[in-house]
Amino acid sequence: MDVDEIVEGILSGNKRALARAITFVENDYPEGKEILKRIFPKTGNAHIIGITGFPGVGKSTIVSKLTQEFRARGKTVGIVAIDPGSPFTGGALLGDRLRMDGLDSSKKLWIDPGVFFRSMSSRGRAGGLAAKTGDAVRLMDAFGFDIILVETVGAGQSEVDVIEVADTSIVALMPEMGDDIQINKAGILEIGDIYVVNKADLGGADKTERWIKAMLMMDQEAVEILTKTTHAQEYEIQTGKIFDKIPRAGWSPPVIKTVADKGEGIAELADAIEKHFDYLKTSGKLLETRKQRLSREMVEILVQEIKNYLKETDKVNFREIVEKVSKNDLDPHTAVEKIMKSILKDY
Amino acid sequence: MERMEKKIRVLVAKVGLDGHDRGAKVVARFLRDAGFEVIYTGLHRTPQEVAMAAVQEDVDVVGISLHSGAHMTLVPKVLNFIREYGGDPDELVVLVGGIVPEDEFDDLKALGVDGIFIPGTPISEIVDFIKEMVPKKKGLKAKS
Repeated sequence: MDVDEIVEGILSGNKRALARAITFVENDYPEGKEILKRIFPKTGNAHIIGITGFPGVGKSTIVSKLTQEFRARGKTVGIVAIDPGSPFTGGALLGDRLRMDGLDSSKKLWIDPGVFFRSMSSRGRAGGLAAKTGDAVRLMDAFGFDIILVETVGAGQSEVDVIEVADTSIVALMPEMGDDIQINKAGILEIGDIYVVNKADLGGADKTERWIKAMLMMDQEAVEILTKTTHAQEYEIQTGKIFDKIPRAGWSPPVIKTVADKGEGIAELADAIEKHFDYLKTSGKLLETRKQRLSREMVEILVQEIKNYLKETDKVNFREIVEKVSKNDLDPHTAVEKIMKSILKDY
Repeated sequence: MERMEKKIRVLVAKVGLDGHDRGAKVVARFLRDAGFEVIYTGLHRTPQEVAMAAVQEDVDVVGISLHSGAHMTLVPKVLNFIREYGGDPDELVVLVGGIVPEDEFDDLKALGVDGIFIPGTPISEIVDFIKEMVPKKKGLKAKS
């Protein structure tokens, strides 16, 4: 398939074309860039949802059940699921797809015309996503999916890249993953628009839910209200329900308990996701965030373009200049100023 | 810009009523260690599901593990569905692993299977076969 066929295919609903385009983009083929340029005007319509959390909390199962739920609501769903690539061999075992349906083939998500699933290796990149996840999402967006689910690598504490791609970020946890200090550590637990306590049929889910709520809402305002509580409100404090009563401007991230493999709590989660998207649209945050993100992406592309330029041509005599700097004839800052001037003249 | 070398993607699939997945999992794991990106389907997939996965994941290799004796029925079904979903089985390296009687090797190859690996095959043989065949298949396609 050539670029014309692929672009036309993507815009007319050909999954083979979409699959091939992702391959081109993922492997940095020049065709990939051309395709991205041409489909860009068709992007911006999908609701992009990121799901992150520690390995084994049930992200893939949540993705599978959410896909079922959104399909039942008449939405089409594209999925990008990232698993880690080996830093030693570059290989990867991509095992998110097999959770789709689990053993329950009756749902037929694999061959559902309204579903597209793509597994990606992180290819050694830290942060929880693959370098080209954002581009793959964009291709799916142009294809016309209503919802795009991005499942990160099983994340540690600081893999927060998902917020660079998703409109709505879901952080999934499960009971007994640590105490309230763990929950209050910076990083991944700060980024959720929605929090999920999965495997809520295990003991300790209520405690985890309460800690998350406290972590999210414990600010000066909350402290003032809490110091004024009476004995009668003891129950509300202990269950964390008191936090629901503090009026908030903007979006308060909900905490939703699920038992994903049984489908419990999935409808509530889908409701919360839709509610968040409405909030983003009506508050103007959606456009604002997407604009900021594009600006960061353009800076990245710009830096990459300069790197490619330096690699591909020796018009700026890069090597010669490095030679001079290494002999202390020139300092690195002055050297780069010279290079920039010559690039700008030439580009 | 120069084309970077493409990572080889492999789909390791279990089709039909066959619960023997140890072999497929071991092969998947060792192909990972050989530097390939391996997608494992899990058990009991239908031919349609495997074919759709091969198309959406845009793999270079489809490896089907069968211990049920149904290879002459299920393998052609997978290949036909790949074609139906817009894919091209001739572009793919198609492998079959598991219990296959030797006198059916030729029949399978006539259906479009490139390599058959029965229990006892050293993993390096499969890895070398994939490394040799993937560029060959792509080259054939480029010429035609």
